[in-house]
Amino acid sequence: MRELEYEAIVIGAGAAGMAAALRIAEGGFRVALVDREDHLGGILMQCIHNGFGLHWFKQELTGPEFAERLAEKVVAAGIDIFLNTTVMDFSVSNGVKTLIACNSEQGVIQFNARAVVLAMGCRERNRGNIGIPGTRPAGIFTAGLAQRLINVDGYVPGKRVVIIGSGDIGLIMARRLSWVGAKVLAVVEILPHPSGITRNIVQCLHDFNIPLYLSHIVSRIEGKDRVEAVTITPLEGGTPEHSKSFRIECDTVLLSVGLIPENELSKKAGVTIGHDTGGPKVDAHLMTSAEGVFACGNVLHVHDLVDFVADESTRCGGYVVDYLRDQIGEEKQGAVTAGANVRYVVPHRYVPGRDTHFSLRSIIVKDRGTLLIKRQGAVIKKKTVQHVKPAEMIYFKMRGSDLPATEGDPAPLEIALE
Amino acid sequence: MTAATEQEIICLGCPNGCHLHCTSKKGHAVDVTGNKCDRGVDYGREELLDPKRVVTAVVKTTSSELPYVPVRTTAPLVKPLIPELLHELYQQHVTPPIRSGNPLIENFRNTGVNVIFTRSIAE
Repeated sequence: MRELEYEAIVIGAGAAGMAAALRIAEGGFRVALVDREDHLGGILMQCIHNGFGLHWFKQELTGPEFAERLAEKVVAAGIDIFLNTTVMDFSVSNGVKTLIACNSEQGVIQFNARAVVLAMGCRERNRGNIGIPGTRPAGIFTAGLAQRLINVDGYVPGKRVVIIGSGDIGLIMARRLSWVGAKVLAVVEILPHPSGITRNIVQCLHDFNIPLYLSHIVSRIEGKDRVEAVTITPLEGGTPEHSKSFRIECDTVLLSVGLIPENELSKKAGVTIGHDTGGPKVDAHLMTSAEGVFACGNVLHVHDLVDFVADESTRCGGYVVDYLRDQIGEEKQGAVTAGANVRYVVPHRYVPGRDTHFSLRSIIVKDRGTLLIKRQGAVIKKKTVQHVKPAEMIYFKMRGSDLPATEGDPAPLEIALE
Repeated sequence: MTAATEQEIICLGCPNGCHLHCTSKKGHAVDVTGNKCDRGVDYGREELLDPKRVVTAVVKTTSSELPYVPVRTTAPLVKPLIPELLHELYQQHVTPPIRSGNPLIENFRNTGVNVIFTRSIAE
């Protein structure tokens, strides 16, 4: 078995992994970037629509263009890239992180490193996660799988399609399917409001006269070998009103019902996973509960925009550099918790007196909301936020001067929305 | 568009997402209501009279590793021309090497809009 030594290893070569690896290489450290796919860029390569890069590259790009720009920098930085390489095991002992990986050319490889960055992204929730009754025919795809089939492999997965969930990937696929000649008959959303952004509702549904059924569920899928029809039922007062159900004949069902951070590998190394995000719990340096193991991008929490993934991951790479230089001290950190109307806040800890970037997701929809940062029962900072909605992450930076040290251990910080 | 037409349009000028009520007469948008700012007027006028969209698609390649390559328009294209453009793209069969950013179609139907590749493929 080949044994390779690096100062840092980044698992996953999507936007997060590439941005983190770049920052580590810029810091002068030897870093390896490992990915199971045969290309750099991860999921971006199948996201051929525009809307990427407005913040990061200051111009509107498609997914592959965004990825290629980052990839060119990664290659130019001389980072060791291992493609077609699957990491199978990950353990930590005496400060040394060991990854067991394999590929078809080199066989099994053991990587040893002082620091590891988790950047594996996320996976899609599927039929099992939402429990739709009915038969189990062919023709049921997650939206991302359908996206890959059409945009990378060139297959159109069906002709008459019903999409469950109004997340952005599902909406983007409604347009994509319409443009390749399929008929999208309905988008069915369980919530009373769309999960995707308004631009996509307009340009992906209204442009093609695709009906959006809010507060509706698919209550049954029919078909023996292939999907033949679905039954759609409205929710009234939160319960299905079966007398008002209707049936749509279709051959394909797409699911766009949310994403889950991909942490099977993280769990092997004993990393603590948060119930709120589904990703690792991280401290002020984006370090997980395993010392020297960091996380960024969608493996940490599901983002809306790749620009913010790249942003967070570059910061993460910076913390890895600090760690490798032994500059992450033993300074005491305080807990950060989600208060009223907030689903989660990342990171889960902060250092008093230091600038901290927070990402948080709202539970409520509100035109004009107020962020309340509380400590020891008092509001220490207020901030107005426009157009609060669960579909759009809220980012903000707390200045260190607004977070002075408290007596004794740093007091917990609570972030709420009203 | 000879007679007066009315249309409900959601403004995408900013995250406010105002519901615009647009009325046009003989091809000239004359009335936009429901907008909170001036951008709504411009947006409603353009959406009603001359809506445009960026088009993205994939075209066939002769590469065995990447049988399809993604492309996009360099600017939004007028909506009525989109089916024609898609039809033309689906007839294409391109051979690597392909360089992201290079043009596949230039000045489509004299609109000034080009179609460029958005992914590179080596030989």
